Amino acid sequence: MDSRAILAELPRLRRYARALVGDRAAADDLVQDTLERAWSRFAQWRPDSNLRAWLLTIMHHLRADQLRRRPPPFTAGDVREDDMPSRPTQTDRLELAELAAAIAQLPEEQRAVLLLVALEEMPYAEIAGTLAIPIGTVMSRLSRARDHLRRILDGRAGNTCLRVVQ
Amino acid sequence: MNDTPITDADLHAYVDGELPVDRQAQVADWLSTQPTAAARVLAYRAQKQALRDLFDPVLDEPWPPSWHRYAASPPPLAPLSQWSRWRHSWPALAAGCLLTLAGGSAGWLAHARFHPATVIAQTVPLPRQAAVAHAVFSPDIKRPVEISAEHEEQLVTWLSKRLGTAVRPAKLGQLGYELIGGRLLPGNSGPVAQFMYHDASGQRLTLYVSTENVANRETAFRFEAQGSVNVFYWIDGKFGYALSASVGKDELARLASAVHEQFDSR
Repeated sequence: MDSRAILAELPRLRRYARALVGDRAAADDLVQDTLERAWSRFAQWRPDSNLRAWLLTIMHHLRADQLRRRPPPFTAGDVREDDMPSRPTQTDRLELAELAAAIAQLPEEQRAVLLLVALEEMPYAEIAGTLAIPIGTVMSRLSRARDHLRRILDGRAGNTCLRVVQ
Repeated sequence: MNDTPITDADLHAYVDGELPVDRQAQVADWLSTQPTAAARVLAYRAQKQALRDLFDPVLDEPWPPSWHRYAASPPPLAPLSQWSRWRHSWPALAAGCLLTLAGGSAGWLAHARFHPATVIAQTVPLPRQAAVAHAVFSPDIKRPVEISAEHEEQLVTWLSKRLGTAVRPAKLGQLGYELIGGRLLPGNSGPVAQFMYHDASGQRLTLYVSTENVANRETAFRFEAQGSVNVFYWIDGKFGYALSASVGKDELARLASAVHEQFDSR
């Protein structure tokens, strides 16, 4: 395995773990555990396959193990002001703080799907493979996550919840 | 196809660019007449953008030092002595990473491809050796050890003779762990010893003792999670000790302190 390939994936793995787990230290631990596991199993990785998806799959197995052992609440540790983005963004800081809080309220299974779509821009089929769930479940979790976030964020702005189109 | 109603799933797939081109166009047409649905689509897009705005800064954060070891080269290639020194000099390691990245990767790949025997002969860092040994032997119900604790004296004599120096198991009875026994294992360049313990619940703990260390005089406790196995390890003169178990870091730290205390007062 090309070490540069792993190196290139690390920042994204870390971003995803942070968004999924919330707490910085716990998220970094999860990334490190993922690396350990990846190294110990890299014979199983096929060079023509998607390295990021493989690493994310490992991360999800480890995370599922963690949750089975001791379900930790999403520690909204990184909603702190000093962890907020410092570079210019298209979204203002107040909104981001609210988004961070809203994300923390989602069930983790929904959060995972939403983050794989939004941050990793993974195709739905690949998400289904990574999380080992049917694609219909990917869609329903994505839909629930987005509507949940929308209710929280729109609620703040005083808007009403809009009808779901079937 | 043209008459297929637009579903909730279509809207998500539209936002995420997952629709075939013709369906994408159909949905776009339909949205132009449906302000409510169009508002949802806008909101979903805004969420995606906001999530990236919120978490993208993580991409630029400096890494914890321990990560460079995984990224720079496969860890089994770092000889124990060098690797231990690296842990004390991160700037040097960082520089090493850059060099590796700049020129080494292609060479490493070629090396791995054409000289597999050399790779196998390379040394493995202490916590990894210990964790692998733990993972291999601790689940073994019938034969976890070669010589059981009933014959502790024989075990100690044999292992001391094979390692060429006096080794003995730490006593962890006061912390609830009883000795099961021990075995001899191949280390990087010679024999190493593994002692195994268990508590009342059957939780197993292994103490890995290596005498192969030549470069480092001493280190403080270090912790590493090796998959589901947690490892505390330290180096004392020529001895390298590693305590491994699938227990929490705090409990393992207590046990490691007890072991360290007993061997320190040798």
